[in-house]
This record gives sequence, structure tokens and C-alpha cells, in this order.
Amino acid sequence: MSKDPIRISRRTALGAGVALAVGGKAFAQAAKYGPGASATEIKLGQTMPYSGPASAYGTIGKLHQAYFKMMNEAGGINGRKVTLISLDDGYSPPRAVEQVRRLVEQDEVLALFQTLGTPSNSAIHKYVNAKKVPHLLLATGATKWGDPKNYPWTMGFNPSYAAEGAIYARYLLKTKPNAKIGILYQNDDYGKDLLKGVEETLTGPNAKMIVSKVSYEVSDPTVDSQILTLQGSGADTFINITTPKFAAQAVRKAWDSGWKPLHIINNVGASVGSVLVPAGLDKSVGLLTMQYYKDPNDPQWKDDPAMLEWRGFMGRHFKEGDPKDASNLYAYVTAQLMVQILKQCGNDLTRENVMRQAANLKNVKLPLLLPGMSINTSPSDYFPIEQGQLARFTGQLWQGFGELISTEARA
Amino acid sequence: MAGLDRRKLVGVVLLIALACALPLLIANYRVFQLTLVLAYAIALLGLNMLTGFNGQISLGHGAFYAIGAYTAAILMDKAGVPYWATIPIAGAVCFVAGFLFGLPALRLEGLYLALATFALGVAMPQILKHKSIEGWTGGVQGIVIVKPDAPAWSGLSQDQWLYYFTLAWVVVAFVLGWNLLRGRIGRAMVAIRDQPIAAQAMGVNTAMVKSLTFGVSALYTGVAGALGAIAVQFVAPDSFNFFLSITLLTGVVIGGLASISGAFFGALFIQFVPNVADEISKAAPWAIYGIVLIAFMYVMPTGVAGFIRLMRARLARRRAAAVPR
Repeated sequence: MSKDPIRISRRTALGAGVALAVGGKAFAQAAKYGPGASATEIKLGQTMPYSGPASAYGTIGKLHQAYFKMMNEAGGINGRKVTLISLDDGYSPPRAVEQVRRLVEQDEVLALFQTLGTPSNSAIHKYVNAKKVPHLLLATGATKWGDPKNYPWTMGFNPSYAAEGAIYARYLLKTKPNAKIGILYQNDDYGKDLLKGVEETLTGPNAKMIVSKVSYEVSDPTVDSQILTLQGSGADTFINITTPKFAAQAVRKAWDSGWKPLHIINNVGASVGSVLVPAGLDKSVGLLTMQYYKDPNDPQWKDDPAMLEWRGFMGRHFKEGDPKDASNLYAYVTAQLMVQILKQCGNDLTRENVMRQAANLKNVKLPLLLPGMSINTSPSDYFPIEQGQLARFTGQLWQGFGELISTEARA
Repeated sequence: MAGLDRRKLVGVVLLIALACALPLLIANYRVFQLTLVLAYAIALLGLNMLTGFNGQISLGHGAFYAIGAYTAAILMDKAGVPYWATIPIAGAVCFVAGFLFGLPALRLEGLYLALATFALGVAMPQILKHKSIEGWTGGVQGIVIVKPDAPAWSGLSQDQWLYYFTLAWVVVAFVLGWNLLRGRIGRAMVAIRDQPIAAQAMGVNTAMVKSLTFGVSALYTGVAGALGAIAVQFVAPDSFNFFLSITLLTGVVIGGLASISGAFFGALFIQFVPNVADEISKAAPWAIYGIVLIAFMYVMPTGVAGFIRLMRARLARRRAAAVPR
């Protein structure tokens, strides 16, 4: 080499030219990096409610960190280490905006992963799409995250709440067309989204099936009076759209008051450990719900290899996490899917390609999802999870019945 | 501006020059954070008028911040009003709201007033979610605001433009606030705080001054809310929970009660300390926050502004002592 690094000899220049001409194709396949990616590192970002009213979900972000640490110790993804910058937003939209701007503009992450909560994600929705930053696998089930035409950089993870509501309604239309339905829902967009799914399926003359609907606020101490209102309306079927604390109260009260309707409880409130045990397992017999991943408290999966692998991970890499908390299983599944997307990107780690690969998941099987389920996306289909199964509670476990059903959102 | 000696005037001019130069030197994301600091500073000045100067404790100023933010958002979203025109309207709406709330609340003293305002702060997020006004407020979904572009001649980014826009309001708010607080009304406010009976005997219309203070204080907070909403581009009930009211009160006390410059220190505190706490510990960010808060109170019992005043006085005394007689 000559001493002057800037001077390039004629021969080198010529050689480079030839190499370019010959190896043009090879060059095109060589690694390409966008912001937040390099030969040694992939940077992801997220906001989580580590403080504030939803801090129970903070465990999701902590598990993600532990998961990527484990991956990195095992060599990373295609030799690159994954760095997840996880910031607290306190479940407050203005702080989420601030933190996401930091992730995008200062830390320059390749993509956002599992930002949690509908209000926080609503606040950054326009911004990330204007900045063309992949906004992937959001930890919320609002239907609006699957809108590739208007928001091509945003893709949710959870099956949409509206689709779940539609499934319950269709099930009732088929098996109990004379049902008198009472609905309890949380007065926010999650509750209303699910309610909308039910109402849009029960149209025309079927709309009369809904005899009563009442709401509650997250800040309410109990939902006892709402249950009594529903009971008094003469309903014989109860669609219960509540989060865990209220779900447990509702299950108990619907039993204790002597109402005992056909009780459908939404997936959010169907955890055995955090809802049915406190409500009383004997009072939960016969509940119906829709599931899409295996419940860690469900004895039927006790010796399932995927469940054993997850428990092993919890024991070795995430000791502070509670193995009864379904959020930890959910977080594990989403981390696996993110890894799948990054693996698919190969050496083309640009934001465009990350989004292309996220919208190109074909028949991806994750062993903690229910048997037979697979994940598929396309440039016009931004809902990764579109299957689920109805399940009935036996007093010990959720017994799946019927076949896998499609939760595809129907426009 | 009487009462502002030449040295101080030079200092203020230098500070404004620095504030003008800053956004040209730092990243847009930091500019955005500083814009929020400026908005908070206006809110803190407003609350300080009420709490620091007039001695009325409010645990509900987050509600006025929310009203200001929503006024701006609804005007921009539903009525197509340009962003700059929404600020004075938001201020006016909050002035009326504050004045009206101040009237009955006047009968309440000290802790009882604190509880009444507490009720307002706690109720606000649910009022915003109420079905009857959902068509306007967007319910829990909130309203997304389009970020205003900088005019073409300025050559600035959106964030820089908003920063200068907010800075202009800060200057207006602080000049007016300074005049108000250093003048006749300001003295009346302090007199009511310290000796209400004597103030009345001197001919101060206690009731009027108190509810006017409440109104002006709400006006400032509402202007701040509108500026903050435009910077964040989003309003939702969850943005204005009760914690915001407490945060504002914290800012006032940290900055320094009855201090005008304290508003800036308080604003810097409430903007940046939570982020620092989060970086130190993910497990218990609020515990860290609490420790920092206690440390501040212990080291600077009169707030940052009071601390600086104390240091300056000590320095001056030492300098005076060093001069040979």
C-alpha cells in the first residue's frame, strides 16, 4: 500500500472496475444496511409501560431483552447481535411520542418492535409512517393496525378485537339463534372495537338478539352492579369483554348472583392463572372463549415440548419473570416472530426490506401457538395471526373444540 | 420594565439569544423536547401565580392543560382553524373555565381548595371520554393533529419552527406575567397570601383578586396545553391523567415558589428527570424519581431559583468582604 491512502493507483482503479463489471451481481447481493444495522449489530427499539397504570405489561419488554440476550450469546442472527432499546413511556401518549422520536432520530433504530398500548401507538402512527420506520408487531389488537394502504409501515400482532367479536357472534348465530345477549364491555377503544365486531355481525333482524349492553371504566372498583343490570334485562347469554381484574369479578358475580348464563369471555380476560383461579374454578365451568396460543397454566400443555422449552428459558434466562403470567408467553412468541422476520431479511437490512419481509411471512409455525396454526402475511394482508379456536373451560383447563377458525377481518 | 436593573436585563437578552441559537445547533428530537420544556414553563408560571404568589393550592391544573390542548385540537381538526389562531382561543376558554371554577372554590381555603381542584383533575379524563361529546373529542381514541409546516421563507424544519413559535409565546407570557406580578395586582396577590385580613382592610377586593388569579392561572396553563398539543400532534384522555396535575405542582415547587425564573428550572426537571430515572432503572423508575425529588428538596429547600438566589447573595457578600476598606 502506498503511504497516501487517498491516492489510488491506476492499476487498483482498473482492477476495481473489472471486479465491478464481473461481480456486479455478487455486489448486489452483498450486505446492504439501512439505519440501525451493520455487519455486527441490529438495533431495534420499543416503548413499554414500565411505570404507570399498565405497568403489569412491563414484563413483556423485560422478557424481550432477556430473549435477545440469550440469542446474542448463542451467536445472534446471521452473526449480528440484536440490541433492543426499550424505553419507558408510562402508558402516556406524549411520552411515547417523545421516546419514539428519540429511538428514531437519535438512536436510529432499524425498526420498532412491540410498542405497547393502543393510545401510545395511535400517537406515533402518523409519525413513523411519515418517517418510513417499520412499526412491527404492535402489542395491541385494535383493527386499525392492519391498514397497509394508508399506513404501509405499521403491522400489528394480536388478532384484531373486531374479528374476535365477530367469531363469538357467528358462533351464537349458528348454535343459539334465539339467544338473548347481554354484553359488558370496557369503555375504551379495545372494548368498543370488540363490541363493534359483535354488532356488525348481528345485523338486521339479528340485532334484536342483543337485549342489553353496559360498560365500565378501568377506574371502577367493581362491575357488580353492571352484572346485576344485565341479569335484570332477561339475557340468557353473556358476552364478557373485560380485562383480567374485571373478568374475574364478572365471572364470580355472574355465578354468585344465580344468573348463570351461557358465558363467553374474551381472550384478554381468559387466563386461568390471573382470572379463573381468583374467580373460582368451579364457577368458571362452561365458559367459552377464543384462544390462539397455549395457556401456560393449562395442564394439558404441561409436557408439551414447546412449553418445556419456554419454561427452560424462564428458568435460565428470565428468573424474575412469573411463569404463571401469560404475558411472558405472549412476549416469547412475539420475539420469535421478530427473529423470523430478521432472519428472512438475510443480508439486506434496510428498513424497506424489513417491511417487505414482515409482509412476506409464509406458513410460519410457532410451536407455542395452538396446534395447526400458521402465520401468513402479504403486502395486502397485515394481520399475522388470523386463526383461533373456541374453547370451553372444564373446571381445570380450556378444552379446544371444533376446528381452527379464521379470524380474518371482513371488510 | 422597572425593577429590572441593567445587569439583569443584559442577562435576559443573552438568555433569549441563546434560546434562539439553540435549535440550530441540536438534533430535531432535542428541539422537540425543548419545545415541550417551553410549554411546561408557561404552565408552571401560571400555576405559580396561583400557588406561589397567591397561596392557593391546585391539584387540578392538569385539567386546564387538557382543556387548552383539546380546544386547540378540536379547532384545528373540526373547524380547520390555523394552528396559531388556536392559542389565544384556548387561553380565553381556559380563563373563563378557571374564573368560573374559581368563584365557588373561593369559599374553600387551603386543603379544601386542594381537594376541590383534585376532583377536577381526577374527573377530567373521564369527562373527555364521555359519550355526549365523543363526536368532538374522539373519545378514548383522541385526536391526531397535523403538524404545521414552517413557512417556506424561513427554511426551518417543522420542529425548529414550532420551537420558535412556542418561544415567542414564552416571551409574551413572561413579560406580561412579570408586569402583572411586580405591579399592584401582584402585590395584592401576595398580600392575600400572607395576611388576608390586613389585605381586605387595606381595600383589596379579595374575592375578585382570587378568582381573577385563578382565571389568569388557568389561561396560562391552557395556552401551554395548546402549545404542547401542537408539538406532540396528538391529544387523548390518557395524556391528561391526574398525574399531570401532580407533575405540574412538583415542577412549581422544584423550580421555586413565587419565583418567575423558577418556571424554567421546574420545566426542565419535569421534562428530563423521568427519562433519566428510566435509564437508571427499568424496574422502579418512579423510585429513582422519588429519590431525586427528595434530594432536590433537601439540598434546595427553596427551589432551584431560591438556591441560585442564595448562592448569588453569598458570592456577593464574599466579594464585598474581599474588597479592602
